[in-house]
Amino acid sequence: MKRVWIAFAGLALSACVTINIYFPAAAAEKAADKIIDEVWQTQKPASSTSNQAQPAAKETK
Amino acid sequence: MNAMIRFFVAIVALTAALNVFAAADLEVNTPGVNAIKQSMQARHAQLAGHYNSGAVGLTADGLVALRDAGAVPLAQRQAVNALVAAENNDRNALYAEIANANNHPEWQAEIRSTFAQRWIQRAQPGWWVQSGGAWKQN
Repeated sequence: MKRVWIAFAGLALSACVTINIYFPAAAAEKAADKIIDEVWQTQKPASSTSNQAQPAAKETK
Repeated sequence: MNAMIRFFVAIVALTAALNVFAAADLEVNTPGVNAIKQSMQARHAQLAGHYNSGAVGLTADGLVALRDAGAVPLAQRQAVNALVAAENNDRNALYAEIANANNHPEWQAEIRSTFAQRWIQRAQPGWWVQSGGAWKQN
């Protein structure tokens, strides 16, 4: 019985190591997209279009 | 037997806790990463034209390469070579920096291949990307 316990303890320990080494692929993809957006400046220019619209509205007044 | 069940519950709880840790976001907001990012952002203004002309393409290993030197006037060729070299320096440093910032230097190759896929998938129409060893226009 003692041997079985030692085997389980070993298994549990190796499982911990495996999980720690596991590469977070989804998080890496998200991080890559964020950096690519900033380097290529491909973010949707939602705020800049509203900024452009505002002075135009003022001119018509 | 009861002790055994408790032992299993403890293992499950432990692995669940570690799973949460593993699923956490990758740290990319460090001074080192930001500096490289800014340098690449500034260079992109010069590189974009070469991506459009097909002179420079995105490689399968997350870098850029001079694909068609003929698309660049002779006088500019040296400058383009320097741009490509500088960009690749930054890209290599970026992948290493992200791996180190997350205390997993051994993730560098996987970070590189993740970036390689994303650069290529997000390339703009007309840009050249490496796919299966051959160049392909997006």
